[in-house]
Amino acid sequence: MDTAQASAVTTKTVTFRIWRQDDPNKPGHFDEFKVPYTKGANVISCLMEIQRNPVTVEGKRVPPVIWDAACLEEVCGSCAMNINGRVRMACSALIDKLEQPITLEPMSKFPVVRDLSVDRERMFNALKRVKGWIPVDGTHNLGPGPRQSPKDQSVMYVLSTCITCGSCLEACPQVTIDNDFMGAAAISQARLFNMHPTGKMQSEERVRSLMGPGGIQDCGKAQNCVKVCPKEIPLTTSIAVMNREVTKLMIKDIFFKEEEQKSHGGPG
Amino acid sequence: MAAAARFTVVGGGLAGLMTTIKLAEAGHQVDVLSLVPVKRSHSVCAQGGINGAVNTKGEGDHPDIHVKDTLRGGDFLAEQVSVKGMCYAAPGIIYLLDRMGVTFNRTSEGLLDFRRFGGTLHHRTAFAGATTGQQLLYALDEQVRRYESEGKVTKYEYWEWLGTVKDEGGRVIGSVAVDLRTMEIRTFPAEAVCLATGGPGIVFGRSTNSIINTGTAAGRAYMEGAIYANGEFIQVHPTSIPGEDKLRLMSESVRGEGGRVWVPRKKGDTRNPRDIPESERFYFLEEKYPKYKNLVPRDVATREIFMVCRDLGMGIGGKDGVYLDVTHIPAKTLDAKIKGVMEIYEKFVGDDPRVTPMVIFPGMHYSMGGLYVRFEADSRTQTPLEGSPVNQSTNIPGLYATGEADYAFHGANRLGANSLLSCIYSGMIGGPAMAAYAKNNATSAAAMPEKYFQSAKKYWEDRFATIKAMNGAENPYALAKELGDIMTENCTVVRYNDRLKKTVEKIRELKSRWKNVNVLDTGNVANRALSYTNQLWNMLELGEVIATSALLRDESRGAHYKPEFSLPEPKTKDPREDADWMSLWRKRHEKWAKTTIAKHAEQGPQISYEEISTPVLDPEPRWYA
Repeated sequence: MDTAQASAVTTKTVTFRIWRQDDPNKPGHFDEFKVPYTKGANVISCLMEIQRNPVTVEGKRVPPVIWDAACLEEVCGSCAMNINGRVRMACSALIDKLEQPITLEPMSKFPVVRDLSVDRERMFNALKRVKGWIPVDGTHNLGPGPRQSPKDQSVMYVLSTCITCGSCLEACPQVTIDNDFMGAAAISQARLFNMHPTGKMQSEERVRSLMGPGGIQDCGKAQNCVKVCPKEIPLTTSIAVMNREVTKLMIKDIFFKEEEQKSHGGPG
Repeated sequence: MAAAARFTVVGGGLAGLMTTIKLAEAGHQVDVLSLVPVKRSHSVCAQGGINGAVNTKGEGDHPDIHVKDTLRGGDFLAEQVSVKGMCYAAPGIIYLLDRMGVTFNRTSEGLLDFRRFGGTLHHRTAFAGATTGQQLLYALDEQVRRYESEGKVTKYEYWEWLGTVKDEGGRVIGSVAVDLRTMEIRTFPAEAVCLATGGPGIVFGRSTNSIINTGTAAGRAYMEGAIYANGEFIQVHPTSIPGEDKLRLMSESVRGEGGRVWVPRKKGDTRNPRDIPESERFYFLEEKYPKYKNLVPRDVATREIFMVCRDLGMGIGGKDGVYLDVTHIPAKTLDAKIKGVMEIYEKFVGDDPRVTPMVIFPGMHYSMGGLYVRFEADSRTQTPLEGSPVNQSTNIPGLYATGEADYAFHGANRLGANSLLSCIYSGMIGGPAMAAYAKNNATSAAAMPEKYFQSAKKYWEDRFATIKAMNGAENPYALAKELGDIMTENCTVVRYNDRLKKTVEKIRELKSRWKNVNVLDTGNVANRALSYTNQLWNMLELGEVIATSALLRDESRGAHYKPEFSLPEPKTKDPREDADWMSLWRKRHEKWAKTTIAKHAEQGPQISYEEISTPVLDPEPRWYA
């Protein structure tokens, strides 16, 4: 590379409009930043550059931007945010593929902590609701687990790669910041544990957990979840499978109720 | 101690969660402090698998062979009793994870599948695609969530551990931590505290580690008197993709599944790699190591790749980088076994590795060293005595360490797929050790005078107030970058004493410049710059330990390589047949086969060496040709 090119590269910049909100209860605003362009840069590497020089285009010194991140390889689920109006992981958002100015906003279906950082507690609570675990008897040595076919494993593995990033909730028209719809992620986890040979033993409990307020019937079948999932998890298939299970259980409930009534109201 | 006591576990990765599960299962109350929701801990980044000599492939594998591979892989610097315990427990651990629902890959018979990994000739690595760490962490996360919903575990996520609370005698009776959202500082009384806080990758700036892995907790514990051991042993992973924000790991499982490392035989060959015929490719690992081929231990592969690029100038395009090639493997097989890493390469580089060979270079990955911990050996088996309060205990009473934060299991070099194992095993013996320790204490921490907690809390409130008022000229993030750059340059693959001396001097300079930091943020909510400025000091302390320990160890061993002090090549293929070389080796071994002990002092780390007992395996020369 000759020097003319080199200087052209170093003077190239990337422009960001970033949502700033000091406090969940205070109004927010946008700050604009320019950072030097580097090949292979992504949104996170630019946010890091802003940390080292937190000055807006107006030359105003501001606190560094607050955002959530950890692994930077799309496996921890931390850095989901709205980038140019679309929810996605910031670490895999390559600058070369984004239109500028790049607008960064926090997800809107979760309470803002500060700037781009949000509180996704509702997702972890939903995992408790669906009892997303295998209730093992203990951690002592009880020998191998149940055998499983490679085919089942390949389905379960994909379901198990959910990183709880919240993209599916963010994209879902049925989820709002103040309602309690559990969203696609937790429903898909219920499917995962109900497929496992041991998890099957509690399948009715998990299916029941999907009934009632905030449960699976709140799904409006918009199918946005599956489009934005960074792990390409077949979320709508999971919802359909679990919907069927819920329907089956409801019919069973009605049937048993009738049976029960019959037996109770026998010849008097 | 009451029947159900309260403990604190710091860190929600595999080691922390297993420690937690063991305590909760025994009926105790556990407070888990974590910088992030535990499900987002760095364990998720582990890709390749977990080792255990389950021997389902008819290869005659056995835990004893696993012990030997591990001790040899670590060039006889590992703590032998704990290694033996770990390798013997490994098959049971894999079965336990299987019972918890980990989606391990299966054979056609429905059994667990195992793959090859570095430093062994056996199929010993159970795996869930190429995101095994993620799958293992989720399994433990789910179990802890179950205990949480039963009220046995309380998670404090987005809380940062700051330091211990000690009584007059120096016993740890709790911790001080800060809520990273509200910035509230409070104390957590505990019968014992376990640091399961992972490694110090971010001390090196860019590494394969998550950005939360600053090593701050271990650094602080060291400042409070905990011994930091073997700090100089830093694993540089042979295959990572360099990036602006981090070095992304390309799992060893890529080679385990048949991936081959090569460069064009002709320097500066600009042809498309697919157009270069077999005969014009230099498979340098396969040529030099016909037995282990591409699966030599990491330190060996890293040095070979580094030298091919830096010394021979044969890197691709004359730059740092060699091919990691899987294009000869059917795409279907790749997707079934290592899809996770294929996708990372595709997403972050833009090329499809199924058709175009990947370009990789070594990157800082793991710390073999860490907080010094002890074990009590069962004299019959030479494995850690079940239920002994000594296991995983640091030199500070009541303070324990598990996982990458401890120094014990990997010696001078860690074998791939042994880290998930050591995390879980150390938690399995660490949890019961903490409970046993608490049982032996006459007074419960909860019954200790309030003054200890008040003064510890006040110390941290004052320190944070002081940092919050810092308005000097230095940007803490820019200082951290300077630290990372010099550590990566001088403290990774090849080490020279003159450069290490300069590194130590530079760190001292950074320490004095730290005092002129501008905290950048005076906010009262989620003030990360405030917590980071405090962390940065602890990172500088750890950096100083690592560089000083490296400077003082004048030999080459495992990941610590000093050309000026390396033994010559033996004259025979099996070095044991070269008598002259053997006497050189013995001399070096007697002098240096010791644990590096670093103790904190104002003027810098005080380094001494401790003899290693070898009740399990006698040391021998380590070679893989």
